[in-house]
Amino acid sequence: MKLQLHIWKQADSRSPGRFETCDPGDVSPDMSFLEMLDELNEQLVAAGREPVAFDHDCREGICGACGLVINGVPHGPLQATTTCQLYLREFADGDEITVEPWRAGAFPVIRDLVVDRGGLDRILQAGGYISVRTGSAPDGNTLPVPKEDSEQAFAAAACIGCGACAAACPNASASLFVAAKIAHLGRLPQGQPERDTRARTMLAQMEAEGFGYCSNHRECEVVCPKEIRIDVIARMNRDLYRSLLWRS
Amino acid sequence: MIGELHANEPSGPLEDRWNRHRFDMALVNPANRRKHTVIVVGTGLAGAAAAATLGELGYRVKSFCFQDSPRRAHSIAAQGGINAAKNYQNDGDSVWRLFYDTIKGGDFRSRESNVYRLAEISANIIDQAVAQGVPFAREYSGLLANRSFGGAQVARTFYARGQTGQQLLLGACQALNRQVAAGTVDLYPRTEMLELIRIDGRARGIVTRNLVDGTLAAHTADCVVLCTGGYGNAYYLSTNAQGCNTSAIWRAHRHGALFANPCFTQIHPTCIPQSGHYQSKLTLMSESLRNDGRVWAPLHAADAPRNPGEIPEQRRDYFLERRYPAFGNLVPRDIASRAAKEVCDAGHGVGPEVNGRRLGVYLDFSGAIADLGEAVIRERYGNLFEMYQRITGEDPWHTPMRIYPASHYTMGGLWVDYNLMTTIDGLFAAGECNFSDHGANRLGASALMQGLADGYFILPCSIGNYLARHEPGQLAADHAAVRGAVADVHARIERLLHAPAAQHPPEVFHRRLGQLLWDHCGMSRDPAGLQLALQELPRLREAFWREVKVSGSGADFNQVLERAGRVADFLELGELMCVDALARNESCGSHARTDHLTADGEVQRDDADYSYVAAWEYSGDPGAPQLHREQLHFEFVRPSVRSYK
Repeated sequence: MKLQLHIWKQADSRSPGRFETCDPGDVSPDMSFLEMLDELNEQLVAAGREPVAFDHDCREGICGACGLVINGVPHGPLQATTTCQLYLREFADGDEITVEPWRAGAFPVIRDLVVDRGGLDRILQAGGYISVRTGSAPDGNTLPVPKEDSEQAFAAAACIGCGACAAACPNASASLFVAAKIAHLGRLPQGQPERDTRARTMLAQMEAEGFGYCSNHRECEVVCPKEIRIDVIARMNRDLYRSLLWRS
Repeated sequence: MIGELHANEPSGPLEDRWNRHRFDMALVNPANRRKHTVIVVGTGLAGAAAAATLGELGYRVKSFCFQDSPRRAHSIAAQGGINAAKNYQNDGDSVWRLFYDTIKGGDFRSRESNVYRLAEISANIIDQAVAQGVPFAREYSGLLANRSFGGAQVARTFYARGQTGQQLLLGACQALNRQVAAGTVDLYPRTEMLELIRIDGRARGIVTRNLVDGTLAAHTADCVVLCTGGYGNAYYLSTNAQGCNTSAIWRAHRHGALFANPCFTQIHPTCIPQSGHYQSKLTLMSESLRNDGRVWAPLHAADAPRNPGEIPEQRRDYFLERRYPAFGNLVPRDIASRAAKEVCDAGHGVGPEVNGRRLGVYLDFSGAIADLGEAVIRERYGNLFEMYQRITGEDPWHTPMRIYPASHYTMGGLWVDYNLMTTIDGLFAAGECNFSDHGANRLGASALMQGLADGYFILPCSIGNYLARHEPGQLAADHAAVRGAVADVHARIERLLHAPAAQHPPEVFHRRLGQLLWDHCGMSRDPAGLQLALQELPRLREAFWREVKVSGSGADFNQVLERAGRVADFLELGELMCVDALARNESCGSHARTDHLTADGEVQRDDADYSYVAAWEYSGDPGAPQLHREQLHFEFVRPSVRSYK
């Protein structure tokens, strides 16, 4: 099949970007979207031209490295699917496809489709953990956790940190990402001692990184490849208010 | 230059060794720890756990990863679970049993002391992970759930759906983030180690390239820890992430760190087959699928192209059940993989033809769906079925899955002693990048266990012991060895950028390397094929340095350059893998030499001559390394024939 790609090219965060039209040649519907970009890049390098830079690693939907805005939608047309798990059989012969990087002020472009998501890690460093020292843990079964709580915690912990939520949000808010970590730890008995400070410190860092606030557009949960739902944001807000009340 | 290998393992009763060794190790006074700097390269389970724990203890830690975030290291992709000798199921498990299963699973090619320690520590790992908030699967009682995994006859595997590696790595990264916030760990993401700095025989630092702007920098420290993962991407197609590479350990090898058992590579049986020439990676599906799925191929080669639904029951060959009645579909990975290869080589493979061959066998759930109901199967494997459907476009609820083996894990790696130190003083290796615990074959759910045992519990002791014996010291940035190492890296990058007859992107050479290794040093090996590969590989390496085409510059974000540097190192490693496979005139575990099989086609060990670890020293010529042997002594178990019949 044939596809026409309009790909965002940008040398670095300071330079202006532009769309460039590329022809990946004859492609197979069984190719993944990233394999098409691989083929395109091999052709470009062999022809002495600059390849398209894009982030990717595991190519099985779990590392969270990949992330392209495809026809305006982070991770493309399929629900619950990362870019690397998108196959060309989802497109029709002759389609024109635009490919862009995550768009958010807090995700500066490094090159072409690659952005800097360091802000997400700095938010986690601001409190996304349980303060336990190695070696000090009691036997795992001394602390029963109701199966339901454990599964809810797991559902939130499935976040892969790709940043699609912030890229989809009109406010460029990372609320879904932050709330997923808060819900993961806050659902578990181990996470209770630090629950009151966690939402406060992580949200303060989210603001410092330049992400916006949540105003319930719900674009994030539509694009989330791990189907994390915005009820975690409600939970985060409750933790935040609770902590403010306790403090006063 | 390297004499006899000393594993520095303690003696005496096996169950006392680690405890006694810990007592014998020197300690660093808490107030003095911040004077010592430790470099940890890699942020997978071993690296993140080590960096976090060393930071907690008060050392100054510098943690490096090539990914944009430590959380993306490839441990994240491990699906199945983590073993621990908790015996929560009261099914007869114990530290001894986990130890024995691991030694036996490795086909008696690993060190007893190390493996026993691993089994001993396994229980602490679960406790640690639970305390961090890792959401393991639980029973309705709220207690931890277990499953039997990869052929084990006890249920000792802890899991978090099919995302156990992800959850354990996020736990380790949480601990790491906490130390970053505490100021004990400095994190360097998007930074790749390209060279080791060695001064007066000691590892004293690394040279890195900032992958965003190309800046080369020298980082010095009091010791260096490599936790950089396996080299399965030598085969080009593998289940590893695209960035997984051998460069860090290969650079260390070139500096004198011995490389042990490079030919021990695990080929995982349940992967989704290749669909075309453009394939960039192969996707693994958890082998838990073999608990309920039945593996078969057409009995008659003529049926291979037919729709599986049209092949009647009596014309199907359930070859694992036929050949291994006791274990059936649950035989260890190497056995299942080799059996699938033999079936396909005999022309019974299924699926689309790629390069004129059908490489796939069926994994059929129709019986399990009929017996247990769709709901049960959906709960157990729903996510795997979805993944399969997404990748292949086929519906596994109605047509059997197709599977084929793929390179998955490497048991070989840098040789380390009981303290996880390589043959370079002050250079440690942990996790998949060392060779230490899995012998010739790794059991399912043991990789996560080893990475975390090394990182959380072993390195923090043995590094303290090392540092206690060395004065902390800053190296001058203009030390000749530091400047020399940076200059070497710069020169190598220039060479990659300016090949004399540049014409092919690095992938072209990587694919050729992968095909050679897969054909001749893959699931089965024979002397003629290995000799052929050893003739071809130096030519390929020469062609690479002559013709590789790298766009852009070194002072820039340049993914082609990154790839080229990694392929250059894989090309040298590939030769060593073949040299090792040729020198080991026996079959054991994953290493199946077709000239050393029993009459019924099973691997035949030669304990009299090959009960050793082959540790290779770099000589300057990748095809002519020098062999050092570490003899394996079995004081507590008797090497037996691994039979799964």
